Amino acid sequence: MKPFTYERASSPAAAAAAVARTPGAKFIAGGTNLLDLMKLEIETPTHLIDVQELKLDKIEPTQDGGLRVGAFVSNTALASDARVRRDYGVLSRAIVAGASGQLRNKATTAGNLLQRTRCPYFYDTNQACNKRKPGSGCAALGGYSRQLGIIGTSDACIATYPGDMAVAMRLLDAQIETINPTGQSRTIPIADFHKLPGTTPHVENALQRGELITAVTLPKPLGGTHTYRKVRDRASYAYALVSVAAIVQPDGSGRVAIGGIAPRPWRVDAADAQLRNGSKAVVAPLLAGARPTEDNAFKVPLVERTLAAVLAETRA
Amino acid sequence: MKDSGSPEISRRGILAGGAAAVAATHVPLADAQTATRSGLKPTLAKVEMTVNGKREAMELDTRTTLLDALREHLHLIGTKKGCDHGQCGACTVMVDGKRINSCLSLAVMHQGDKITTIEGLGTPDKLHPMQAAFIKHDGYQCGYCTPGQICSAVAVIEEIRAGVPSHVTGDLNAKTPISNAEMRERMSGNICRCGAYSNILEAMTEVAETRA
Ligand SMILES: Cc1cc2nc3c(=O)[nH]c(=O)nc-3n(C[C@H](O)[C@H](O)[C@H](O)COP(=O)(O)OP(=O)(O)OC[C@H]3O[C@@H](n4cnc5c(N)ncnc54)[C@H](O)[C@@H]3O)c2cc1C
Ligand code: SF4
Ligand code: FES
Ligand code: FES
Repeated sequence: MKPFTYERASSPAAAAAAVARTPGAKFIAGGTNLLDLMKLEIETPTHLIDVQELKLDKIEPTQDGGLRVGAFVSNTALASDARVRRDYGVLSRAIVAGASGQLRNKATTAGNLLQRTRCPYFYDTNQACNKRKPGSGCAALGGYSRQLGIIGTSDACIATYPGDMAVAMRLLDAQIETINPTGQSRTIPIADFHKLPGTTPHVENALQRGELITAVTLPKPLGGTHTYRKVRDRASYAYALVSVAAIVQPDGSGRVAIGGIAPRPWRVDAADAQLRNGSKAVVAPLLAGARPTEDNAFKVPLVERTLAAVLAETRA
Repeated sequence: MKDSGSPEISRRGILAGGAAAVAATHVPLADAQTATRSGLKPTLAKVEMTVNGKREAMELDTRTTLLDALREHLHLIGTKKGCDHGQCGACTVMVDGKRINSCLSLAVMHQGDKITTIEGLGTPDKLHPMQAAFIKHDGYQCGYCTPGQICSAVAVIEEIRAGVPSHVTGDLNAKTPISNAEMRERMSGNICRCGAYSNILEAMTEVAETRA
Protein backbone atom coordinates (compact mmCIF):
# COMPACT_ATOMS: atom_id res chain seq x y z
CA MET A 1 0.00 0.00 0.00
CA LYS A 2 1.29 3.48 -0.77
CA PRO A 3 1.65 5.86 2.18
CA PHE A 4 -1.07 8.44 2.70
CA THR A 5 -2.09 11.13 5.15
CA TYR A 6 -5.45 10.94 6.89
CA GLU A 7 -8.01 13.42 8.18
CA ARG A 8 -11.57 13.38 9.46
CA ALA A 9 -13.79 16.00 7.89
CA SER A 10 -16.27 17.83 10.09
CA SER A 11 -18.84 18.94 7.49
CA PRO A 12 -19.89 17.74 4.04
CA ALA A 13 -18.78 21.02 2.41
CA ALA A 14 -15.41 20.85 4.17
CA ALA A 15 -14.94 17.24 3.03
CA ALA A 16 -15.72 18.13 -0.58
CA ALA A 17 -13.41 21.15 -0.48
CA ALA A 18 -10.61 19.08 1.08
CA VAL A 19 -10.70 16.51 -1.73
CA ALA A 20 -10.83 19.22 -4.39
CA ARG A 21 -7.87 21.09 -2.90
CA THR A 22 -5.59 18.06 -2.32
CA PRO A 23 -4.25 16.24 -5.37
CA GLY A 24 -4.57 12.48 -4.92
CA ALA A 25 -7.17 12.80 -2.14
CA LYS A 26 -10.16 10.45 -1.82
CA PHE A 27 -13.09 10.02 0.53
CA ILE A 28 -13.18 6.87 2.64
CA ALA A 29 -16.44 5.56 4.13
CA GLY A 30 -16.63 1.88 5.18
CA GLY A 31 -13.33 1.27 3.43
CA THR A 32 -14.35 -2.22 2.28
CA ASN A 33 -13.77 -1.51 -1.40
CA LEU A 34 -11.20 1.26 -1.28
CA LEU A 35 -8.81 -0.50 1.14
CA ASP A 36 -9.04 -3.74 -0.81
CA LEU A 37 -7.95 -1.83 -3.94
CA MET A 38 -5.29 0.18 -2.07
CA LYS A 39 -3.63 -3.00 -0.83
CA LEU A 40 -3.27 -4.06 -4.46
CA GLU A 41 -2.16 -0.54 -5.45
CA ILE A 42 -5.00 -0.30 -7.93
CA GLU A 43 -6.10 2.76 -5.97
CA THR A 44 -3.22 4.92 -4.73
CA PRO A 45 -4.68 7.91 -2.87
CA THR A 46 -2.11 10.09 -1.09
CA HIS A 47 -4.65 11.57 1.31
CA LEU A 48 -7.82 10.06 2.79
CA ILE A 49 -10.77 12.06 4.02
CA ASP A 50 -12.86 10.05 6.45
CA VAL A 51 -16.56 10.89 6.19
CA GLN A 52 -17.75 9.07 9.33
CA GLU A 53 -18.38 12.24 11.36
CA LEU A 54 -20.47 14.09 8.78
CA LYS A 55 -23.76 12.97 10.37
CA LEU A 56 -24.92 11.42 7.10
CA ASP A 57 -26.17 8.34 8.93
CA LYS A 58 -29.92 8.96 9.15
CA ILE A 59 -32.94 7.65 7.25
CA GLU A 60 -35.67 10.30 7.21
CA PRO A 61 -39.02 10.78 5.46
CA THR A 62 -39.05 13.25 2.54
CA GLN A 63 -41.78 15.80 1.87
CA ASP A 64 -43.22 13.81 -1.02
CA GLY A 65 -43.69 10.63 1.02
CA GLY A 66 -40.40 8.92 0.20
CA LEU A 67 -37.26 8.35 2.23
CA ARG A 68 -33.92 10.14 2.34
CA VAL A 69 -31.10 7.71 3.10
CA GLY A 70 -27.89 9.33 4.36
CA ALA A 71 -24.75 8.48 2.38
CA PHE A 72 -23.14 6.92 5.47
CA VAL A 73 -26.09 4.68 6.44
CA SER A 74 -24.71 1.14 6.59
CA ASN A 75 -26.09 -1.57 4.33
CA THR A 76 -27.26 -3.47 7.42
CA ALA A 77 -29.09 -0.45 8.82
CA LEU A 78 -30.76 0.27 5.48
CA ALA A 79 -31.88 -3.32 4.89
CA SER A 80 -33.18 -3.54 8.49
CA ASP A 81 -35.13 -0.28 8.57
CA ALA A 82 -38.81 -1.09 9.19
CA ARG A 83 -39.98 1.40 6.51
CA VAL A 84 -37.60 -0.06 3.93
CA ARG A 85 -38.69 -3.62 4.74
CA ARG A 86 -42.33 -2.66 4.44
CA ASP A 87 -42.36 -0.28 1.46
CA TYR A 88 -39.15 -1.00 -0.46
CA GLY A 89 -38.75 -4.76 0.04
CA VAL A 90 -36.75 -5.10 -3.17
CA LEU A 91 -34.07 -2.85 -1.67
CA SER A 92 -33.79 -4.85 1.57
CA ARG A 93 -33.63 -8.05 -0.47
CA ALA A 94 -30.98 -6.75 -2.87
CA ILE A 95 -28.76 -5.57 -0.02
CA VAL A 96 -28.87 -8.83 1.93
CA ALA A 97 -28.14 -10.75 -1.28
CA GLY A 98 -24.75 -9.02 -1.40
CA ALA A 99 -21.43 -9.58 0.36
CA SER A 100 -21.47 -10.96 3.95
CA GLY A 101 -22.92 -9.89 7.29
CA GLN A 102 -19.57 -8.44 8.36
CA LEU A 103 -19.15 -6.46 5.14
CA ARG A 104 -22.71 -5.14 5.18
CA ASN A 105 -22.13 -3.79 8.70
CA LYS A 106 -19.33 -1.59 7.31
CA ALA A 107 -20.47 -0.94 3.73
CA THR A 108 -22.21 2.40 3.28
CA THR A 109 -24.89 3.60 0.88
CA ALA A 110 -22.54 5.88 -1.09
CA GLY A 111 -19.60 3.45 -0.98
CA ASN A 112 -21.79 0.66 -2.28
CA LEU A 113 -22.97 2.76 -5.24
CA LEU A 114 -19.35 3.58 -6.02
CA GLN A 115 -17.86 0.10 -5.66
CA ARG A 116 -15.64 -0.72 -8.60
CA THR A 117 -15.84 -3.61 -11.01
CA ARG A 118 -14.72 -7.14 -10.14
CA CYS A 119 -13.24 -7.81 -13.58
CA PRO A 120 -10.32 -10.16 -12.81
CA TYR A 121 -8.00 -8.23 -15.14
CA PHE A 122 -8.82 -4.94 -13.43
CA TYR A 123 -7.66 -6.63 -10.21
CA ASP A 124 -4.44 -7.99 -11.73
CA THR A 125 -2.00 -5.12 -12.12
CA ASN A 126 0.14 -7.18 -14.52
CA GLN A 127 -2.64 -7.14 -17.11
CA ALA A 128 -3.68 -4.51 -19.62
CA CYS A 129 -6.81 -2.70 -18.47
CA ASN A 130 -8.22 0.51 -19.91
CA LYS A 131 -10.19 1.16 -16.77
CA ARG A 132 -7.19 0.92 -14.44
CA LYS A 133 -4.68 2.40 -16.87
CA PRO A 134 -6.36 4.33 -19.72
CA GLY A 135 -5.00 3.39 -23.13
CA SER A 136 -3.29 0.17 -21.99
CA GLY A 137 -5.81 -2.15 -23.70
CA CYS A 138 -8.29 -4.67 -22.36
CA ALA A 139 -7.07 -8.11 -21.35
CA ALA A 140 -10.64 -9.32 -20.86
CA LEU A 141 -11.37 -9.11 -24.59
CA GLY A 142 -10.39 -12.54 -25.78
CA GLY A 143 -9.57 -13.47 -22.19
CA TYR A 144 -11.63 -15.18 -19.51
CA SER A 145 -14.88 -13.26 -19.54
CA ARG A 146 -17.47 -15.54 -18.00
CA GLN A 147 -18.46 -12.99 -15.34
CA LEU A 148 -18.27 -9.92 -17.54
CA GLY A 149 -20.81 -7.80 -19.41
CA ILE A 150 -23.07 -8.67 -22.31
CA ILE A 151 -24.65 -5.29 -22.99
CA GLY A 152 -23.73 -1.60 -22.72
CA THR A 153 -20.09 -2.64 -23.04
CA SER A 154 -17.61 -1.27 -25.60
CA ASP A 155 -14.49 -2.27 -27.50
CA ALA A 156 -12.50 -0.60 -24.72
CA CYS A 157 -14.12 -2.38 -21.74
CA ILE A 158 -16.60 -5.18 -21.12
CA ALA A 159 -16.67 -5.00 -17.31
CA THR A 160 -19.85 -4.97 -15.24
CA TYR A 161 -20.99 -2.85 -12.37
CA PRO A 162 -20.99 -5.69 -9.83
CA GLY A 163 -23.24 -4.48 -7.00
CA ASP A 164 -26.71 -5.50 -5.90
CA MET A 165 -28.09 -2.52 -3.93
CA ALA A 166 -27.89 -0.18 -6.92
CA VAL A 167 -29.98 -2.55 -9.05
CA ALA A 168 -32.89 -2.13 -6.63
CA MET A 169 -32.27 1.62 -6.45
CA ARG A 170 -32.38 1.83 -10.24
CA LEU A 171 -35.65 -0.08 -10.19
CA LEU A 172 -37.04 2.41 -7.66
CA ASP A 173 -35.74 5.44 -9.63
CA ALA A 174 -33.75 6.68 -6.65
CA GLN A 175 -32.04 10.09 -6.78
CA ILE A 176 -28.51 10.81 -5.65
CA GLU A 177 -27.93 14.04 -3.72
CA THR A 178 -24.48 15.58 -3.72
CA ILE A 179 -22.57 18.62 -2.56
CA ASN A 180 -19.64 20.03 -4.51
CA PRO A 181 -16.46 21.75 -3.30
CA THR A 182 -18.08 25.20 -3.57
CA GLY A 183 -20.94 24.07 -1.34
CA GLN A 184 -23.58 23.68 -4.08
CA SER A 185 -25.99 20.75 -4.01
CA ARG A 186 -27.45 18.85 -6.93
CA THR A 187 -29.58 15.80 -7.54
CA ILE A 188 -28.62 13.10 -10.05
CA PRO A 189 -31.23 10.52 -11.14
CA ILE A 190 -29.69 7.08 -10.68
CA ALA A 191 -30.36 6.36 -14.38
CA ASP A 192 -27.72 9.01 -15.20
CA PHE A 193 -25.28 8.12 -12.43
CA HIS A 194 -23.27 5.14 -13.69
CA LYS A 195 -21.64 5.79 -17.09
CA LEU A 196 -21.26 3.39 -19.98
CA PRO A 197 -17.58 2.84 -20.86
CA GLY A 198 -17.47 4.00 -24.50
CA THR A 199 -13.85 5.00 -25.11
CA THR A 200 -13.37 6.20 -21.51
CA PRO A 201 -13.99 3.23 -19.20
CA HIS A 202 -12.09 4.93 -16.36
CA VAL A 203 -14.94 7.47 -16.11
CA GLU A 204 -17.47 5.44 -14.14
CA ASN A 205 -20.00 7.90 -12.82
CA ALA A 206 -21.40 11.42 -13.02
CA LEU A 207 -19.51 12.80 -10.01
CA GLN A 208 -17.08 15.68 -10.45
CA ARG A 209 -13.79 15.75 -8.55
CA GLY A 210 -14.49 16.46 -4.87
CA GLU A 211 -18.24 16.00 -5.24
CA LEU A 212 -19.55 14.22 -2.14
CA ILE A 213 -22.68 12.08 -2.06
CA THR A 214 -24.77 13.21 0.89
CA ALA A 215 -27.90 11.06 0.46
CA VAL A 216 -29.95 8.83 -1.78
CA THR A 217 -33.68 9.56 -1.90
CA LEU A 218 -36.36 7.00 -2.63
CA PRO A 219 -39.67 8.07 -4.20
CA LYS A 220 -42.91 7.45 -2.39
CA PRO A 221 -43.73 3.74 -2.11
CA LEU A 222 -44.72 2.06 -5.38
CA GLY A 223 -46.74 -0.83 -3.93
CA GLY A 224 -46.77 -4.15 -5.78
CA THR A 225 -44.81 -7.33 -5.09
CA HIS A 226 -41.09 -6.81 -4.62
CA THR A 227 -38.52 -9.46 -5.61
CA TYR A 228 -34.77 -9.69 -5.96
CA ARG A 229 -33.44 -12.90 -7.42
CA LYS A 230 -29.68 -13.41 -7.67
CA VAL A 231 -28.04 -16.23 -9.62
CA ARG A 232 -24.43 -16.95 -8.67
CA ASP A 233 -21.77 -19.63 -8.48
CA ARG A 234 -22.43 -20.37 -4.82
CA ALA A 235 -25.51 -19.80 -2.69
CA SER A 236 -24.10 -16.90 -0.67
CA TYR A 237 -21.15 -14.48 -0.48
CA ALA A 238 -20.59 -14.31 -4.24
CA TYR A 239 -21.23 -11.69 -6.90
CA ALA A 240 -24.14 -12.09 -9.30
CA LEU A 241 -23.83 -13.78 -12.66
CA VAL A 242 -27.30 -12.36 -13.27
CA SER A 243 -29.74 -10.75 -10.88
CA VAL A 244 -33.32 -9.61 -11.44
CA ALA A 245 -35.02 -6.90 -9.39
CA ALA A 246 -38.74 -6.61 -10.04
CA ILE A 247 -41.85 -4.87 -8.81
CA VAL A 248 -45.04 -6.39 -10.19
CA GLN A 249 -48.46 -4.80 -9.63
CA PRO A 250 -51.67 -6.82 -9.17
CA ASP A 251 -52.63 -6.09 -12.83
CA GLY A 252 -49.36 -7.63 -14.05
CA SER A 253 -47.70 -4.34 -15.01
CA GLY A 254 -44.47 -3.30 -13.33
CA ARG A 255 -40.76 -2.83 -13.82
CA VAL A 256 -37.55 -4.86 -13.93
CA ALA A 257 -33.87 -4.07 -13.58
CA ILE A 258 -31.02 -6.51 -14.16
CA GLY A 259 -27.67 -6.77 -12.41
CA GLY A 260 -24.47 -8.57 -13.37
CA ILE A 261 -24.73 -8.03 -17.12
CA ALA A 262 -23.78 -4.41 -17.84
CA PRO A 263 -21.60 -1.50 -16.70
CA ARG A 264 -24.62 -0.23 -14.80
CA PRO A 265 -27.87 -1.61 -13.41
CA TRP A 266 -29.73 -2.39 -16.63
CA ARG A 267 -33.26 -1.12 -17.16
CA VAL A 268 -35.12 -0.35 -20.41
CA ASP A 269 -38.51 1.44 -20.50
CA ALA A 270 -39.70 -0.52 -23.54
CA ALA A 271 -39.00 -3.73 -21.66
CA ASP A 272 -40.99 -2.61 -18.61
CA ALA A 273 -43.92 -1.94 -20.96
CA GLN A 274 -43.91 -5.63 -21.99
CA LEU A 275 -44.13 -7.04 -18.48
CA ARG A 276 -47.70 -8.32 -18.87
CA ASN A 277 -46.63 -10.28 -21.94
CA GLY A 278 -44.16 -12.55 -20.22
CA SER A 279 -40.41 -12.92 -19.98
CA LYS A 280 -39.69 -13.51 -23.70
CA ALA A 281 -41.51 -10.30 -24.64
CA VAL A 282 -39.59 -8.38 -21.98
CA VAL A 283 -36.17 -9.73 -22.86
CA ALA A 284 -36.37 -8.79 -26.57
CA PRO A 285 -36.20 -5.02 -25.94
CA LEU A 286 -34.25 -5.45 -22.71
CA LEU A 287 -31.31 -7.21 -24.35
CA ALA A 288 -31.57 -5.71 -27.85
CA GLY A 289 -28.04 -5.09 -29.12
CA ALA A 290 -26.41 -7.42 -26.58
CA ARG A 291 -22.85 -8.41 -27.48
CA PRO A 292 -21.94 -11.38 -25.29
CA THR A 293 -18.57 -13.12 -25.53
CA GLU A 294 -18.23 -16.84 -26.10
CA ASP A 295 -17.65 -17.27 -22.35
CA ASN A 296 -20.68 -15.34 -21.17
CA ALA A 297 -23.24 -16.03 -23.92
CA PHE A 298 -25.04 -18.17 -21.30
CA LYS A 299 -26.13 -14.97 -19.58
CA VAL A 300 -28.63 -14.18 -22.38
CA PRO A 301 -30.85 -17.23 -21.74
CA LEU A 302 -30.10 -16.95 -18.01
CA VAL A 303 -31.65 -13.46 -17.88
CA GLU A 304 -34.76 -14.74 -19.64
CA ARG A 305 -35.12 -17.79 -17.41
CA THR A 306 -34.47 -15.91 -14.19
CA LEU A 307 -37.05 -13.35 -15.21
CA ALA A 308 -39.54 -16.11 -16.06
CA ALA A 309 -38.99 -17.59 -12.59
CA VAL A 310 -39.48 -14.20 -10.95
CA LEU A 311 -42.69 -13.52 -12.87
CA ALA A 312 -44.05 -16.98 -12.08
CA GLU A 313 -43.25 -16.43 -8.41
CA THR A 314 -44.95 -13.02 -8.21
CA ARG A 315 -48.08 -14.39 -9.86
CA ALA A 316 -48.24 -17.45 -7.65
CA MET B 1 -13.85 -14.17 -5.44
CA LYS B 2 -10.31 -15.13 -6.32
CA ASP B 3 -9.37 -18.76 -6.38
CA SER B 4 -5.95 -19.19 -4.83
CA GLY B 5 -5.48 -22.50 -6.62
CA SER B 6 -2.53 -23.10 -4.34
CA PRO B 7 -0.82 -26.49 -4.35
CA GLU B 8 -0.86 -28.59 -1.22
CA ILE B 9 0.73 -26.82 1.70
CA SER B 10 1.53 -28.62 4.92
CA ARG B 11 0.26 -27.33 8.23
CA ARG B 12 3.87 -26.81 9.25
CA GLY B 13 4.40 -24.75 6.08
CA ILE B 14 1.46 -22.53 6.93
CA LEU B 15 2.76 -21.98 10.45
CA ALA B 16 6.24 -21.13 9.18
CA GLY B 17 4.80 -18.74 6.61
CA GLY B 18 2.72 -17.10 9.34
CA ALA B 19 5.79 -16.58 11.50
CA ALA B 20 7.70 -15.08 8.59
CA ALA B 21 4.86 -12.68 7.92
CA VAL B 22 4.86 -11.58 11.55
CA ALA B 23 8.59 -11.01 11.47
CA ALA B 24 8.30 -8.94 8.31
CA THR B 25 5.71 -6.60 9.76
CA HIS B 26 8.00 -5.90 12.73
CA VAL B 27 10.69 -4.59 10.40
CA PRO B 28 9.44 -1.44 8.69
CA LEU B 29 12.34 -1.58 6.21
CA ALA B 30 10.27 -2.81 3.28
CA ASP B 31 7.79 0.01 3.75
CA ALA B 32 10.53 2.58 4.03
CA GLN B 33 12.03 1.39 0.74
CA THR B 34 8.67 1.59 -1.04
CA ALA B 35 8.34 5.07 0.31
CA THR B 36 11.64 6.21 -1.14
CA ARG B 37 10.77 4.74 -4.50
CA SER B 38 7.38 6.40 -4.70
CA GLY B 39 8.61 9.64 -3.13
CA LEU B 40 6.00 9.40 -0.38
CA LYS B 41 6.86 9.10 3.28
CA PRO B 42 4.95 6.89 5.69
CA THR B 43 2.76 8.98 7.99
CA LEU B 44 2.29 8.23 11.66
CA ALA B 45 -0.98 9.01 13.43
CA LYS B 46 -2.17 8.62 17.00
CA VAL B 47 -5.25 6.59 17.80
CA GLU B 48 -6.93 5.52 21.04
CA MET B 49 -9.46 2.75 21.33
CA THR B 50 -10.83 0.43 23.99
CA VAL B 51 -9.88 -3.15 23.26
CA ASN B 52 -11.50 -5.85 25.39
CA GLY B 53 -12.26 -3.25 28.04
CA LYS B 54 -8.72 -1.84 28.13
CA ARG B 55 -7.83 1.62 26.90
CA GLU B 56 -5.07 1.43 24.27
CA ALA B 57 -3.15 4.36 22.81
CA MET B 58 -1.05 3.72 19.74
CA GLU B 59 0.96 5.65 17.21
CA LEU B 60 0.68 3.87 13.88
CA ASP B 61 1.53 4.15 10.23
CA THR B 62 -1.79 5.31 8.74
CA ARG B 63 -1.75 2.21 6.53
CA THR B 64 -2.12 -0.13 9.51
CA THR B 65 -5.35 -2.09 9.41
CA LEU B 66 -7.32 -2.73 12.57
CA LEU B 67 -6.29 -6.37 12.18
CA ASP B 68 -2.57 -5.57 12.12
CA ALA B 69 -2.94 -3.12 15.02
CA LEU B 70 -4.55 -5.86 17.11
CA ARG B 71 -2.09 -8.58 16.17
CA GLU B 72 1.22 -6.82 15.65
CA HIS B 73 0.93 -3.88 18.02
CA LEU B 74 -1.31 -5.13 20.82
CA HIS B 75 -0.18 -8.76 20.38
CA LEU B 76 -3.74 -10.04 20.48
CA ILE B 77 -2.99 -12.85 18.08
CA GLY B 78 -6.28 -14.69 18.52
CA THR B 79 -7.75 -12.77 15.59
CA LYS B 80 -6.38 -14.30 12.38
CA LYS B 81 -5.36 -13.04 8.97
CA GLY B 82 -6.63 -15.35 6.25
CA CYS B 83 -6.99 -13.45 3.01
CA ASP B 84 -6.54 -9.79 4.06
CA HIS B 85 -9.23 -8.89 1.48
CA GLY B 86 -12.61 -9.42 3.11
CA GLN B 87 -13.07 -12.83 1.54
CA CYS B 88 -12.72 -15.27 4.45
CA GLY B 89 -13.88 -13.83 7.79
CA ALA B 90 -10.87 -15.08 9.83
CA CYS B 91 -10.30 -11.50 11.00
CA THR B 92 -13.85 -10.95 12.32
CA VAL B 93 -14.02 -8.81 15.47
CA MET B 94 -16.76 -6.76 17.07
CA VAL B 95 -16.66 -2.96 16.88
CA ASP B 96 -19.21 -1.22 19.08
CA GLY B 97 -21.11 -4.53 19.18
CA LYS B 98 -21.13 -5.12 15.41
CA ARG B 99 -19.05 -7.75 13.63
CA ILE B 100 -16.72 -6.49 10.91
CA ASN B 101 -13.74 -7.71 8.90
CA SER B 102 -10.82 -6.06 10.69
CA CYS B 103 -8.60 -6.52 7.61
CA LEU B 104 -10.67 -4.03 5.60
CA SER B 105 -10.67 -1.24 8.15
CA LEU B 106 -7.93 1.22 9.05
CA ALA B 107 -6.93 1.40 12.71
CA VAL B 108 -6.94 5.21 12.59
CA MET B 109 -10.62 5.12 11.68
CA HIS B 110 -11.42 3.57 15.08
CA GLN B 111 -10.62 6.50 17.38
CA GLY B 112 -12.77 6.06 20.50
CA ASP B 113 -14.31 2.76 19.38
CA LYS B 114 -14.89 -0.29 21.56
CA ILE B 115 -13.34 -3.40 20.05
CA THR B 116 -14.00 -6.95 21.24
CA THR B 117 -11.77 -9.77 20.00
CA ILE B 118 -11.89 -13.48 20.76
CA GLU B 119 -9.66 -12.76 23.81
CA GLY B 120 -12.29 -10.38 25.16
CA LEU B 121 -15.26 -12.67 24.64
CA GLY B 122 -14.12 -15.15 27.29
CA THR B 123 -10.97 -16.51 28.92
CA PRO B 124 -9.74 -20.11 29.27
CA ASP B 125 -11.19 -20.33 32.79
CA LYS B 126 -14.29 -18.32 32.03
CA LEU B 127 -15.36 -19.29 28.51
CA HIS B 128 -18.08 -17.46 26.64
CA PRO B 129 -21.00 -19.89 26.10
CA MET B 130 -20.22 -19.91 22.37
CA GLN B 131 -16.58 -20.83 23.01
CA ALA B 132 -17.71 -23.65 25.31
CA ALA B 133 -20.22 -24.85 22.73
CA PHE B 134 -17.57 -24.89 19.97
CA ILE B 135 -15.40 -27.14 22.17
CA LYS B 136 -18.30 -29.41 23.09
CA HIS B 137 -19.47 -29.83 19.48
CA ASP B 138 -16.00 -30.00 17.86
CA GLY B 139 -16.69 -26.81 15.92
CA TYR B 140 -13.17 -26.74 14.45
CA GLN B 141 -10.27 -28.86 13.24
CA CYS B 142 -7.13 -26.78 12.66
CA GLY B 143 -8.68 -23.86 14.53
CA TYR B 144 -7.44 -21.12 12.19
CA CYS B 145 -10.87 -19.81 11.26
CA THR B 146 -12.29 -20.40 14.75
CA PRO B 147 -11.82 -17.02 16.46
CA GLY B 148 -13.56 -15.37 13.52
CA GLN B 149 -16.27 -18.05 13.48
CA ILE B 150 -16.97 -17.59 17.19
CA CYS B 151 -17.13 -13.77 17.00
CA SER B 152 -19.41 -14.07 14.00
CA ALA B 153 -21.58 -16.74 15.63
CA VAL B 154 -22.16 -14.58 18.70
CA ALA B 155 -23.07 -11.61 16.51
CA VAL B 156 -25.34 -13.65 14.22
CA ILE B 157 -27.62 -14.63 17.08
CA GLU B 158 -27.78 -10.98 18.20
CA GLU B 159 -28.51 -9.85 14.62
CA ILE B 160 -31.42 -12.26 14.24
CA ARG B 161 -32.83 -11.10 17.58
CA ALA B 162 -32.41 -7.45 16.56
CA GLY B 163 -34.48 -8.00 13.40
CA VAL B 164 -31.71 -7.74 10.78
CA PRO B 165 -33.05 -9.59 7.70
CA SER B 166 -31.03 -12.06 5.64
CA HIS B 167 -31.10 -13.49 2.14
CA VAL B 168 -33.19 -16.46 3.31
CA THR B 169 -35.65 -14.51 5.43
CA GLY B 170 -39.18 -15.34 4.25
CA ASP B 171 -41.42 -12.52 5.44
CA LEU B 172 -39.50 -9.27 5.76
CA ASN B 173 -42.11 -7.86 8.11
CA ALA B 174 -42.36 -10.74 10.57
CA LYS B 175 -40.07 -11.74 13.44
CA THR B 176 -37.26 -13.91 12.07
CA PRO B 177 -36.87 -17.34 13.71
CA ILE B 178 -33.40 -18.57 14.70
CA SER B 179 -33.36 -21.46 12.24
CA ASN B 180 -30.65 -23.57 10.63
CA ALA B 181 -31.18 -21.86 7.30
CA GLU B 182 -30.89 -18.38 8.85
CA MET B 183 -27.70 -19.24 10.74
CA ARG B 184 -26.06 -20.91 7.76
CA GLU B 185 -26.76 -17.99 5.45
CA ARG B 186 -25.54 -15.44 7.97
CA MET B 187 -22.32 -17.39 8.60
CA SER B 188 -21.41 -17.42 4.89
CA GLY B 189 -18.81 -14.69 5.46
CA ASN B 190 -16.73 -17.12 7.51
CA ILE B 191 -14.98 -19.72 5.41
CA CYS B 192 -13.66 -22.90 7.06
CA ARG B 193 -11.11 -24.74 5.00
CA CYS B 194 -11.48 -27.77 7.30
CA GLY B 195 -15.22 -27.89 6.70
CA ALA B 196 -16.34 -27.79 10.33
CA TYR B 197 -19.57 -26.12 9.25
CA SER B 198 -22.10 -28.64 10.51
CA ASN B 199 -20.51 -28.77 13.98
CA ILE B 200 -20.34 -24.99 14.11
CA LEU B 201 -24.05 -24.95 13.41
CA GLU B 202 -24.68 -27.40 16.24
CA ALA B 203 -22.72 -25.21 18.64
CA MET B 204 -24.71 -22.16 17.56
CA THR B 205 -28.00 -24.00 17.87
CA GLU B 206 -27.20 -24.99 21.43
CA VAL B 207 -26.29 -21.44 22.43
CA ALA B 208 -29.34 -19.99 20.70
CA GLU B 209 -31.62 -22.48 22.45
CA THR B 210 -30.18 -22.09 25.93
CA ARG B 211 -30.31 -18.31 25.71
CA ALA B 212 -33.71 -18.12 23.98
C1 LIG C 1 -15.42 -10.27 -0.46
C2 LIG C 1 -16.41 -9.23 -0.88
C3 LIG C 1 -17.62 -9.62 -1.44
C4 LIG C 1 -18.55 -8.67 -1.83
N1 LIG C 1 -19.72 -9.08 -2.40
C5 LIG C 1 -20.62 -8.16 -2.80
C6 LIG C 1 -21.84 -8.54 -3.42
O1 LIG C 1 -22.14 -9.73 -3.57
N2 LIG C 1 -22.70 -7.57 -3.81
C7 LIG C 1 -22.40 -6.25 -3.63
O2 LIG C 1 -23.23 -5.41 -4.01
N3 LIG C 1 -21.26 -5.85 -3.08
C8 LIG C 1 -20.36 -6.77 -2.66
N4 LIG C 1 -19.19 -6.36 -2.10
C9 LIG C 1 -18.84 -4.94 -2.16
C10 LIG C 1 -19.30 -4.13 -0.99
O3 LIG C 1 -20.70 -4.00 -1.08
C11 LIG C 1 -18.60 -2.78 -1.10
O4 LIG C 1 -17.23 -2.97 -0.77
C12 LIG C 1 -19.17 -1.73 -0.19
O5 LIG C 1 -20.52 -1.51 -0.47
C13 LIG C 1 -18.41 -0.42 -0.34
O6 LIG C 1 -18.87 0.51 0.62
P1 LIG C 1 -17.85 1.26 1.60
O7 LIG C 1 -18.62 2.22 2.41
O8 LIG C 1 -17.02 0.29 2.34
O9 LIG C 1 -16.98 2.03 0.52
P2 LIG C 1 -15.47 2.58 0.54
O10 LIG C 1 -14.55 1.46 0.27
O11 LIG C 1 -15.23 3.40 1.77
O12 LIG C 1 -15.53 3.56 -0.68
C14 LIG C 1 -15.77 3.14 -2.02
C15 LIG C 1 -15.62 4.33 -2.93
O13 LIG C 1 -16.64 5.29 -2.67
C16 LIG C 1 -16.09 6.58 -2.42
N5 LIG C 1 -16.99 7.22 -1.45
C17 LIG C 1 -17.39 6.71 -0.26
N6 LIG C 1 -18.31 7.53 0.31
C18 LIG C 1 -18.50 8.56 -0.55
C19 LIG C 1 -19.35 9.72 -0.55
N7 LIG C 1 -20.18 9.98 0.47
N8 LIG C 1 -19.31 10.55 -1.61
C20 LIG C 1 -18.47 10.29 -2.65
N9 LIG C 1 -17.64 9.24 -2.70
C21 LIG C 1 -17.67 8.37 -1.67
C22 LIG C 1 -14.69 6.30 -1.93
O14 LIG C 1 -13.83 7.39 -2.21
C23 LIG C 1 -14.31 5.08 -2.75
O15 LIG C 1 -13.85 5.46 -4.02
C24 LIG C 1 -18.26 -7.29 -1.67
C25 LIG C 1 -17.05 -6.90 -1.09
C26 LIG C 1 -16.12 -7.84 -0.70
C27 LIG C 1 -14.83 -7.39 -0.10
S1 SF4 D 1 -13.10 -5.35 -19.18
FE1 SF4 D 1 -12.70 -3.26 -18.47
S2 SF4 D 1 -12.02 -3.59 -16.37
FE2 SF4 D 1 -11.77 -5.58 -17.42
S3 SF4 D 1 -9.67 -5.58 -18.29
FE3 SF4 D 1 -11.04 -4.76 -19.86
S4 SF4 D 1 -10.84 -2.54 -19.54
FE4 SF4 D 1 -10.16 -3.49 -17.65
S1 FES E 1 -8.50 -11.80 6.68
FE1 FES E 1 -10.15 -10.42 6.76
S2 FES E 1 -11.68 -11.45 5.63
FE2 FES E 1 -9.96 -12.73 5.32
S1 FES F 1 -11.11 -25.24 11.54
FE1 FES F 1 -9.55 -25.22 10.01
S2 FES F 1 -10.22 -23.58 8.74
FE2 FES F 1 -11.88 -23.83 10.04
